[in-house]
Amino acid sequence: MPDATGLELIANDLRDQDDDGVLATVFFREKAMLIVNAPFVPTALEHLRAMGYSFMASVHGVDYFPEEPRLGVHYELLDMHAVDRITVKTRVHTEDPHVPSASIAWPTANHQEREIYDMFGVIFDDHPDLRRILMPDDYEGYPQRRDFPVGGEPVLFTHNETKSPGWWH
Amino acid sequence: MVALTDLLGETPARRDAILDVSSIDQSGLSEELLTLNFGPHHPATHGVLRLITTLEGEVVRDLKPIIGYVHTGIEKTAEDKAYWKAIPVIERMDYLAYFFNAYAFCGAVETLAGIEVPPRAQYLRVLFMELNRIMSHLVWLGTSALDLGAISMFWYCFRDREQILDLFEMATGQRMHTRYFQVGGVFEDIPSGFDAKVREFCATMPTRVDQFAAMLDNNEIVIQRLQNVAAVDEQTLLGLGVTGPLLRATGNTWDLRKAAPYCSYDHFEFKVPVGTVGDNYDRYRCRLEEMRESVKIVRQALDGLPEGPYITDDRKYALPPRHELATSMEALIHHFKLVTEGFRVPPGECYFPVESPRGELGCFVRSDGTSKPARVHMRDPSFVNLQATLPMCKDLYIADFIATLAMLDPILGGIDR
Amino acid sequence: MQDDFRARQLRARDMLRGDLELPEIEKMVEESIMTTTLDKAVNWARSNSLFPATFGLACCAIEMMSMVAARLDAARFGFEAFRATPRQADLLILSGRVSIKMAPVIRRIYDQMLEPKWAIAMGACSSSMGVFNNYAIVPADKFMPVDVHVPGCPPRPEALMHGILKLRKQIQADPDQGWRARYGGEGTEELLPDADTYAAAINVPGGEEGQGA
Repeated sequence: MPDATGLELIANDLRDQDDDGVLATVFFREKAMLIVNAPFVPTALEHLRAMGYSFMASVHGVDYFPEEPRLGVHYELLDMHAVDRITVKTRVHTEDPHVPSASIAWPTANHQEREIYDMFGVIFDDHPDLRRILMPDDYEGYPQRRDFPVGGEPVLFTHNETKSPGWWH
Repeated sequence: MVALTDLLGETPARRDAILDVSSIDQSGLSEELLTLNFGPHHPATHGVLRLITTLEGEVVRDLKPIIGYVHTGIEKTAEDKAYWKAIPVIERMDYLAYFFNAYAFCGAVETLAGIEVPPRAQYLRVLFMELNRIMSHLVWLGTSALDLGAISMFWYCFRDREQILDLFEMATGQRMHTRYFQVGGVFEDIPSGFDAKVREFCATMPTRVDQFAAMLDNNEIVIQRLQNVAAVDEQTLLGLGVTGPLLRATGNTWDLRKAAPYCSYDHFEFKVPVGTVGDNYDRYRCRLEEMRESVKIVRQALDGLPEGPYITDDRKYALPPRHELATSMEALIHHFKLVTEGFRVPPGECYFPVESPRGELGCFVRSDGTSKPARVHMRDPSFVNLQATLPMCKDLYIADFIATLAMLDPILGGIDR
Repeated sequence: MQDDFRARQLRARDMLRGDLELPEIEKMVEESIMTTTLDKAVNWARSNSLFPATFGLACCAIEMMSMVAARLDAARFGFEAFRATPRQADLLILSGRVSIKMAPVIRRIYDQMLEPKWAIAMGACSSSMGVFNNYAIVPADKFMPVDVHVPGCPPRPEALMHGILKLRKQIQADPDQGWRARYGGEGTEELLPDADTYAAAINVPGGEEGQGA
């Protein structure tokens, strides 16, 4: 992992490129995390790729409800030669959940961003094929948001239906 | 038709050898591409995978996977349960690598909570994970050979799988989804007699792998169907985020157990099999060799199994032993809190990667200080590896595409979660 | 046993020689040929050669494969011919969790199967949501009639075999009374509905299950 000073150096390099791109740096449990602004994400990722973090291990979404901005997108980057990991995090509001897509420059993000769209509703601009991937195409709602109910069905058994139909009412 | 004599010299890659269909004189016939739907209910897709293939004759020109047919909302369910109760739910994601799922989650929670796992527990975890790796590769080999037509491999591989499941049942009580890994260690120590049985297994397994190799390695049909088929270069695979045996078949030696050792893997001596060309044959050979290496690790884990506790001593996270409940009030209170509410993990976010049989399995856990995780996400290797299906299968015959799908080793439980 | 066989042998020899009288011939014919009603014979044949459809959804599918594998051999019961196409299958083993995206597909496959057909919900997930009770999955009874539910997560191959054998007895119209026989609980069975109320209640076209064509 880049240690705390290494992380600060990276953050400073990024701040040179864009003053308000980097919002914060977090060094927690020996892992380095950069919190950036949504529009700044592609620049940050390219900068890190130039530094050696050329493998995008994971792109996943988080819902920080009730803290705002609610929807977070995390990019896990890996440097295979120096065996280093760094995380880039960004947060957007539900009212304007746009994040530039990383799938053109990082093909691995294609399906993963579709999953975040499906589950959280984050819209990735310029994604070649942004549609639901896990839920049915006509599903309404974003299931993994914290205020979406867990759901569940009353369980029926074929034999019981005649004796007491609709027992769950 | 390709004869064995053709293989004795330089074999061209299958893609180059396929006749360019569109160049055939059609004598005024118009042609169009056929869109064919494979699955979700299909004997050759490993699970409920739906593929919309665009075919020109028998050549695959385009491929779109549609997934979600076994999406179970596991990540959402895990948010609703205490950390301890979420382990069985998370185990059921990649249903052939349940120890790895559990370990990734437990590892993430242990990192967040700052718990030290005792060395005996680490060795036991390695033992079970490597047995699980062998079992996963056996199922892969059985079902892939079934796809290729070598049906007897299915019986042989599942016979050996039964031996491993017997070991799991002996130690944990369950064949699959054992709920054995807990946050802080393992649930229970191994029973007496387990050591002898595992050694018995380790004595016979290498012979079995040799027998599988003898049956398949130099088999003309296997060679014709797998060699020089669906090779993709390393850079494309890295760009697509592919890890595991698929990446190692191209020559890249990335293996988390060696590169960033976790859970005492650096105490063990084992090799990482790596291919050269990156075609289906190399993928098959990589996994076969991995089975051999895993047996070595299991033997070393047994030989070097340290004495000590099998779960952390921290009573805030692990149940106290039952005899203490009679004497110590504190133990009683801890037990009560753990069983009713569960332990609380300090707030934070953590991504914990492990090397599962299919590649990098990462678990992201966000905790907000309560007894339930606020977000659990598994970076499943099959989900990411599935994106490599199109580059691998483009411009290949349908039969090669089926074989490639088998060599990809997709597990739909992990893909859909 | 030996004497019995020897006696029959001698009688057969005598019959061929023309030495037996009519009553003896009738008795011999009775002893050597099974007679039964056509229904029972057909049910016996159906139950002993079920063709399951290859329908593996999730973890239970691996245990279903184990059932077919060498240790617990489904072939000794006649069930090893798994058919990929539903048109040729008569048993649908729902092995695994049924997600809402998959439910219409399963219903379609079940509809494509020809009568008589049976369904086994293997595992806790397909019977009753299992470990997960959330937005994404649906219990199988909601959209198709299920004959036997096999509990377990995943059920051992032996448990699945037990479920299939129970179904076999049901097909032979000789359902296993189970605990009712052991504990004297006769009379507590649920009444099997007649066709009209059943169809109206769960909105499923088709007759009662387990009764044959």
